[in-house]
Amino acid sequence: MKLKMISNFTDASCAALSELQEGATGILSELDLTSRISEHLMNLGFIPGVEITVARSGPGGDPRIYCVDGAEVALRAELACRIGVRPVPRIAEA
Amino acid sequence: MSVLAPSSSCCGTKTASTFPSPSKGGSSDKTPDSSAKHPFGTVAVIGPPNSGKTTLYNRLTGLRQKVGNFPGVTVEHHIGHVKGEDGRAVALIDLPGIYSLSPKSEDEQVTMDVLDGKRPEMPRPDAVIVVVDSTHLSRHLVLVARVIALGLPALVVLNMADELRQQGGDVDVLSLARQLGTPVVLASATNGEGLPAIHAFLFSHSGSPRPLNLPVLNDAVGCREWAVRVGVNASYRRPAGPVWTHRLDAVFLHQFWGPLVFLATVVGVFQITFAVGQPLSNAFQSVLDAAGAHLGNYLPNGLLRSLLMDGIWKGVGSVLVFLPQILLLFLVIGILEDSGYLARAAVIADRTMARVGLNGKCFIPLLSAYACAVPAIMATRTIESKRDRMATILIAPFMTCSARLPVYTIFIAAFVVNRPLLGVFFGTRAAAMLALYLLGFVMAVLTARILKASVLKSKDAHFIMEMPPYRRPTVTSLALRLVDRGRAFVFRAGTVILVVSILLWVLTTFPLHHGQPAPLQQSLVARAGKVLEPVIAPLGFDWKIGVGLVTSLAARETIIATLGTLYGIDPESHSMSLQTALRHEISPAAAIALLVFFAFAMQCVSTLAVVRRETNSWKWPALQFAYMTLLAYGGAYLAYHLMRL
Repeated sequence: MKLKMISNFTDASCAALSELQEGATGILSELDLTSRISEHLMNLGFIPGVEITVARSGPGGDPRIYCVDGAEVALRAELACRIGVRPVPRIAEA
Repeated sequence: MSVLAPSSSCCGTKTASTFPSPSKGGSSDKTPDSSAKHPFGTVAVIGPPNSGKTTLYNRLTGLRQKVGNFPGVTVEHHIGHVKGEDGRAVALIDLPGIYSLSPKSEDEQVTMDVLDGKRPEMPRPDAVIVVVDSTHLSRHLVLVARVIALGLPALVVLNMADELRQQGGDVDVLSLARQLGTPVVLASATNGEGLPAIHAFLFSHSGSPRPLNLPVLNDAVGCREWAVRVGVNASYRRPAGPVWTHRLDAVFLHQFWGPLVFLATVVGVFQITFAVGQPLSNAFQSVLDAAGAHLGNYLPNGLLRSLLMDGIWKGVGSVLVFLPQILLLFLVIGILEDSGYLARAAVIADRTMARVGLNGKCFIPLLSAYACAVPAIMATRTIESKRDRMATILIAPFMTCSARLPVYTIFIAAFVVNRPLLGVFFGTRAAAMLALYLLGFVMAVLTARILKASVLKSKDAHFIMEMPPYRRPTVTSLALRLVDRGRAFVFRAGTVILVVSILLWVLTTFPLHHGQPAPLQQSLVARAGKVLEPVIAPLGFDWKIGVGLVTSLAARETIIATLGTLYGIDPESHSMSLQTALRHEISPAAAIALLVFFAFAMQCVSTLAVVRRETNSWKWPALQFAYMTLLAYGGAYLAYHLMRL
């Protein structure tokens, strides 16, 4: 089942976090969520400007685990699609 | 930029004098001016979840701690004591894990109030220990800054130092201490590193610190920039990430192997409780029986002996025998939880849980509900969605808890002939037990669906779960859980069940007939039971079961003790074992009806009390009790009449 995009990111170059492939990285640019949930996510490290990398996922690809600031947080696609990121082209491992 | 740099060279020197070499953590309070120092009275321990705060706390206080609850809210705290070399003790309060000090959640509000001295039941702490995960320093520094800004003497503990180094990370503790204006210590709750320094802090109260100007923290991006800068100044090298966690996740969260491991784990939990726990309980039973017989020899025949042996020993003993099995179940779940696996299990279960309208986080309390609904309902606090949490609380008592186990075990042993079905390990008795587990589970699922489609329907369901790295569970924290749960169980056997046993003995023995106990049919309990009989007769139950049902309102397993006493006193079944007596007294159809009744009914005062506390109202426990009792009555009625067709 494909989730319908309902988010309107202010920055047009933003992609939804849920659209990134496993292993891809993006820079968090905005959270289109209620303040309660945004605040909770920010406490977990989801602060605009940080790098987010997509890690493993549960069966069928949902929920997915995201690495942010050294922490790993599992989110459902329905929430991740409201988080706007600017994809970072993949570079060779340092 | 709303950040003010702390100019605190004086504090830096103070730090250095208290902890000459913090990275070694071996300093003591034998500084020249130690005569002026005295221990703090009360010290609060705070820190974010998953920072190893509780492990550190357990390490400091050992088993000498008490769990408490703040009145009016569902926030729990622990109080323990740390003894110094001179015998003086410091009280250590473990507050709930919090991410920030903005009073958004109940946990944060209570923590703020305690630190401000606004909770009447608790004195304002004289100092604070902030425990953070050194492998996530920049994320946690903001909380540290907020705590320091409160102005209490503070010690910053960078926990998990062993993991930090193993993963190639590093930090200059002295530089960090200078920037924060407080002592900082690298510690590891797992291997004990840094503990002497923490002790030194607790016992070297040397005046109040100067209030510091730390960043004005109201904008998340600004806070993060500040935290990163402090980290850079302290040459913080972020660890590469736990290698083992990635390796294990490659299996446990594998698209194919992950769900298989999950299923194997759930089956394994139950298999261990039965395959290992049952023999343990049987062995314990023989010990209790032998001890009882031995003790009985010393007592003269008569009423006193009857009270002690038939009433108390039999009643309390019949429940106590399940202790090994219950502790084993708690041990297994404790290992799964402490190791970090349950967080992965929640990710795997999320999709399935979403089908009934719940989320993966609800899986963890529901699994522990198989041991006991009371800690399970307390564990629902981690579920952020209020409606999901409520639904989980309401369905948790349908999970086959360990108090139902004695009832199921004895009735199945009495009424089901064991024949192999699938090899030697899975016979008809195992199948009957499995069927009862499934019955409760299916009812939980149905109830959840109904609740989530009606009164507890939520607009947007969320699942936000931090994955802790895999860790080796520590013996202390496992031991603490077991002591805690074992104590609760024994306490119940020693109070509720003891009282019920004595009361029952009195009711069965009196009125006396020529100085001898009256025949059972004329006893007080028979008279009371017979009043109840018309209500339960449609389920095939007689007055003795009726008495058992009433006593089991306190705790499910009490029915076994009750029936044991009643059959033991009745001359007709006096010499029979409980199982033979059950077969003699109860028809197979009524036995099945009774099992169905127990699968659905809410016979547990402790659970009702905890639901009332967690939901802060009588409405939910009352509704839950009514719903489950109706379901139990209806189910038992159906089962009885279907079995007689």
